[in-house]
Amino acid sequence: MSQLHPFLAAASAAPADAVDALIAAAEFPLIDNAGVTFVYRGAADAVRLRHWIYGLPTAESLEALGRHDLWFFRLDLPRGSRIEYKFEVVSGTNSHWIVDPLNDSVAEDPFGANSVCRAHGYTRPEWTLENPHARRGTIEQISIDSESLGASKEVHVYLPARFRRQRRYALLVAHDGSDYLRFSGLQQVLDNLIHRLEIPPMIVALSDPGERLVEYAANNNHARYIVKELYPALRQAFPLRDEPASRGLLGASFGAVAALHTAWRYPGFFNRLLLQSGSFAFTDIGTHNRGQIFDPVVDFVNRLRQQPGRPASKMFVSCGIYESLIYENRSLVPLLQSAGTEVRFEEARDGHNWENWRDRLRAGLSWLFPGPLWMVYE
Amino acid sequence: MPDIIILGPQADHPNLMDATRQIVTDGALCSITAGWQQREGEVQELQHHLDREVEDLHLYQRLDHALGLDPELADAHRTRQAGLRQRQRWYRRRLHHAMEAYLGLAAETGSSAALLAEQRSALNAIRALDRHHVRQIDAVHAVFNARWRPAHRPAMAEQRDAIVRRLDAAAAVLVAGGHVAALLSRLRLFGLESELREKRLIAWSAGAMALSERVVLFHDSPPQGPGHAEILDSGLGLLPRLLPLPHARERLRLHDPRRVALMARRFNPLQPVTLDAGSLIRVTGHKPVMAQGTARLTARGNLAGAPLA
Repeated sequence: MSQLHPFLAAASAAPADAVDALIAAAEFPLIDNAGVTFVYRGAADAVRLRHWIYGLPTAESLEALGRHDLWFFRLDLPRGSRIEYKFEVVSGTNSHWIVDPLNDSVAEDPFGANSVCRAHGYTRPEWTLENPHARRGTIEQISIDSESLGASKEVHVYLPARFRRQRRYALLVAHDGSDYLRFSGLQQVLDNLIHRLEIPPMIVALSDPGERLVEYAANNNHARYIVKELYPALRQAFPLRDEPASRGLLGASFGAVAALHTAWRYPGFFNRLLLQSGSFAFTDIGTHNRGQIFDPVVDFVNRLRQQPGRPASKMFVSCGIYESLIYENRSLVPLLQSAGTEVRFEEARDGHNWENWRDRLRAGLSWLFPGPLWMVYE
Repeated sequence: MPDIIILGPQADHPNLMDATRQIVTDGALCSITAGWQQREGEVQELQHHLDREVEDLHLYQRLDHALGLDPELADAHRTRQAGLRQRQRWYRRRLHHAMEAYLGLAAETGSSAALLAEQRSALNAIRALDRHHVRQIDAVHAVFNARWRPAHRPAMAEQRDAIVRRLDAAAAVLVAGGHVAALLSRLRLFGLESELREKRLIAWSAGAMALSERVVLFHDSPPQGPGHAEILDSGLGLLPRLLPLPHARERLRLHDPRRVALMARRFNPLQPVTLDAGSLIRVTGHKPVMAQGTARLTARGNLAGAPLA
């Protein structure tokens, strides 16, 4: 075993009443230049680290320190990494997944919350934090009776600060829009980037799915809804710029599939795509093993690989290195470029989660929709 | 020539009131807020801060109106703007290589005479390119003005007359910041240089840039691209030798001596001066006579006090 972390060395030698003070003085997990030491304190038969780093075992057993109910696990983690994790605590036949009780930093997602580990070199981008100087945009709502989806849809729409009806705006349609708001802080990010002049004041439609894994799985009805129903409704309600270069689609995971599929079905209508950790599963031969919900996705991506066409003129594609989808996303880039699309690809030492997607928004949005940074000095 | 005061951004810690009191005791104030584009004329906050009436000249809207009545000029204006954008792209393409060459040489270690000579030569290449670009842009303007005489066309002249009447009645003119190209092109199209030369002026941010000799666009850390400062155009030339840099603390790496020195050397004999919140430079008879909260970027790579007279 490598050398024990100083905290653990001190804790193993300390009397019981001193351990609380040692814990209070430390920050968990324990980060050093080469990696991280996870620490759990509590009675258990076993404790496992559960993370979502593709390429590593999904469960890593913590080692009992031998005293004070302390457990630990050391993981080498490259600089700049950001990962999410839970502890699985096993007592008898019971097993519970919990966030790290010693770590206050959590990231929420539609399934709950995970603890967050930030390796050396990762800093939360300051443009994601609240900026008291940034003017706030507002959220309005429109209703659409969709024939394509056979449902009535409520769509929230972000309007930038200082919105003026006599001005025309670029449009971004965000798939899983409410989740982007809740878990990626999209409204604050937009407010900040607009304030910094890095993107233009723009309108963002926050579209939410009905049955997500059906609607976003390369579904023609969804594509028709976006182009033939949602866009006209938005155009009627808000002053939008006419040219396709001022129209974009955003999506993550299955939402990225929905965005790319919509653009592929209606090439050139939305000429800007921001695709994050797209679930772009495909097969070169045989069948896939990702489950039935991926059938239409694989079918679509296989067809896309045969006939990519030119869905949009510019695409920003990002993916976490620790995701199982990194191979699929890397594969997509040369394919799209060879078909004449201008593509930028960004990888991050992160996983399939909303804070990864948040952290990539500045690079993607400011490239797809450059703001008036060079011209405006207020 | 009456006094001119230039200021930094006014959004958070405005000092416009102090500046106004320095050069105007009474009389009407009018404003030019064309840089605000579609928000032009929304001067309520301005009036509240100054606690007095301000009449906006509505250059942005007046131009839209006049061009609507004069489609021939509108077409010519659009063509000219497209030509300017194209020239800016060409310039930027050449500038990128020239800057990379200079920065590469500047990063070399050593202080041999040969290396210093190469660095000087690389910098001179940038300066030559800047001069070339200014000549090209000036030529585009000259051809356009000679052919169209925009301020004298009926629809434009009507608006210009209305503007000049208001300018004549004003004790001072406030020139707000915003989109510097939108502001400058309207000042030019209405031919207001000589009128403004006769007025007391208080200008901030892009307003100060438009009044200067050269309009230089800058940001050392943009989200895209290398962040090489570039010349947009000649300004109105009412602020001899000063190169105003609004939001300098946010936009420039002022702690990086190499970048500071480059800015100073590249644009010499213009003096790059920071204009941040609270900054104030008063110019009397073409000379800076008072400076607060501002600094001059020097060829040695540091920040010095008041701009030189």
